[in-house]
Amino acid sequence: MPLLHVTDMSHNFGGLQAVSKYNLSLDPGQITGLIGPNGAGKTTIFNLMTGIYRPAQGSVIFDGEELVGKKPNQTASMGLARTFQEMKLWRHMTVLEHIKMARYSKLSYGLLGAFLDTPKRRREERYTTELAMEYLQMFAVDQFADQLVVNLPYGAQRRVEMARALVIEPKVLLLDEPTVGMTPDEMMAMIEVVRTAHERFNLAIFLIEHRLRVVHELCQRVQVLVFGQVIVEGTPNEVQNNPKVIEAYIGEQEVDF
Amino acid sequence: MEETLAPKQTGGLFHRVGLFFKPVPLLGYLLGFLACAIWEQSAGEGLTVLLGLPKMPVLFGLLTIFKVLAGIINFLIKGDAFNWATWVYIPAALVYLTVIYLLPLAIVARAVVKPANALARFLQRFPLIVTALVQLGLMYAVLHVWAEMSDYRLIFLKLTLIAVLFTLSLNIINGYMGEFSCSHPGFMAIGAYMSSLFTVGLFASDKVLGEAVFNVSTAYLTFPLALIFGGLMASMGALIVAIPSFKTRGDYLAIISLAFLFIVKSFFENMQALGGSRGISGQPDWATLPVIFITMALGIWTINNFVTSTMGKALNAVRDDESAAEAMTVNTRKTKMTAFLFGAFWAGVAGGLLAHVLRYVNPAMFSVQKLAEVLAMVYFGGLNSVYGSIVGAVSISLLGEALRPLEILKWIVIPLLLILVMIYRPTGLIAFKEFDVRQVFGPKEVE
Repeated sequence: MPLLHVTDMSHNFGGLQAVSKYNLSLDPGQITGLIGPNGAGKTTIFNLMTGIYRPAQGSVIFDGEELVGKKPNQTASMGLARTFQEMKLWRHMTVLEHIKMARYSKLSYGLLGAFLDTPKRRREERYTTELAMEYLQMFAVDQFADQLVVNLPYGAQRRVEMARALVIEPKVLLLDEPTVGMTPDEMMAMIEVVRTAHERFNLAIFLIEHRLRVVHELCQRVQVLVFGQVIVEGTPNEVQNNPKVIEAYIGEQEVDF
Repeated sequence: MEETLAPKQTGGLFHRVGLFFKPVPLLGYLLGFLACAIWEQSAGEGLTVLLGLPKMPVLFGLLTIFKVLAGIINFLIKGDAFNWATWVYIPAALVYLTVIYLLPLAIVARAVVKPANALARFLQRFPLIVTALVQLGLMYAVLHVWAEMSDYRLIFLKLTLIAVLFTLSLNIINGYMGEFSCSHPGFMAIGAYMSSLFTVGLFASDKVLGEAVFNVSTAYLTFPLALIFGGLMASMGALIVAIPSFKTRGDYLAIISLAFLFIVKSFFENMQALGGSRGISGQPDWATLPVIFITMALGIWTINNFVTSTMGKALNAVRDDESAAEAMTVNTRKTKMTAFLFGAFWAGVAGGLLAHVLRYVNPAMFSVQKLAEVLAMVYFGGLNSVYGSIVGAVSISLLGEALRPLEILKWIVIPLLLILVMIYRPTGLIAFKEFDVRQVFGPKEVE
């Protein structure tokens, strides 16, 4: 039984068929990639799985439960965490607050606890802070803990975002173009970060990428999405040499081997 | 080379004054102000006569100064007669302000630095509640002594404390959650009416609500219940705005909340059982200074607790990026609902207090002008900040009172000031600053 199982998921925006009959199964500890040209519907697939959109057809079974119809905060609490292509950090919040915020669903002190500053709340907040600091250390951003996240360098912001998603303690992590806009050096560092997270938490990771280099380094399996349909699926090497893929990518600048 | 690049360390006058008062803890200022209040009680009368002022200045001499300025302006605009001899009241009032308040405050605050810091440090060894109670007790004593001098001061102080609570409760929604809600006077109206219904209906004889149901001398003990009832009813009303907030944001929610304000106002205007547009009067005189002070302190405490907890920070996450908040397990509906209901609760409590200070309530009190006033307090003081709400509410109240002699011109001066603040500090005077109770009450460490 796979951890995440998507069957025949389809969705359309008005007349545009964004995703059609999409299938995916993720096993624990596996890194899978999703590549494809711009506008192929990669991010839409993330949004459909996490509950931002409700798929028109199909089902998403995660850990034995149906995700279709659940809201994003519910799917995230169940252990399906994600990052965003444009990061979506909170501009008025510090780095530490970012990480603590992702523990929202794990807090049990309730509203009264929050209003009255009960000992239980203090205990939980202290524990959450300690835990958050551990995660910040893991991603080497602990020195920024009390700074506003907007003041951090780009690479550090990316790592904060990673830490924020991982502190949810997910079983599956969805990464939406984690290396977008990075220099080759930054990209290599990010690959290391993903690899470390994978080894440390034994996650299933599903990542969208534009750069085949990243996919090559990380993924055991790759899907190629073109116009909302998976045209090829296989190991990175198989995919790379597939004529259909080469055809789909002709003219695409982002291909760098 | 390096020296020229380093920023200048010796600043102007403000910098030096700031440095002079840097080691003074809150306790020092409280003692200083207490000294001023006591000093005024013994020397104020004499100094007034000595300076030739017509009567003792009630509001730090500000009112006296602006009365003269208003006279001049009326002379220039309307040609009203102006007694030029009153000119001397301005320097006289300034002397009064300096001698009675500024000098003693500066001297005492600076002189008690060591013992005050030592005391603050000593108090800090106990649980926070001890420090808080001691310092709040002292703060109350200061306000009490100051307000004792005149009825005008007492009512001004009561209304200001209520304004602080009301402003902070709006800051939850407009500042911390970043929604532009215009419904707050509506929540206040519900709280004012419902708590009046409770107290007047049960314990007082009144033309609108009829004879008293109970006649007990200790009825004032039920006042907290009346306030809570008013607050809870205001929260119920807030559901009407909170539910649309799940789907809409920004301008559209502002319009919905404005509509809510008008609905509430016309509801009370047309509700003959609640006195129609004449409202309810004859509220018992239960909103005394200590009651208001304690309620405000409780309000600030719970609101500050909430906004500094991770659950409360979810408001900020929803404001800065709602979809990211949702993806990070934040229940955005619950968060929005909490912000509206909690904010409305304290607005309702503030309304209940207001009704019992003024001892009447009518729909006209909760007009768009009330909305403008509280929005000015929130945005002037600073978004997302407890300090900001306190500073905003106190300074706009003080300014409003001081400028009262200018009559209609008051509504030109205050908005102009607001525009200036928005140009130079777009988020308000003290925005995005965490209110750390331990730090506020704690000693100031000096190098």
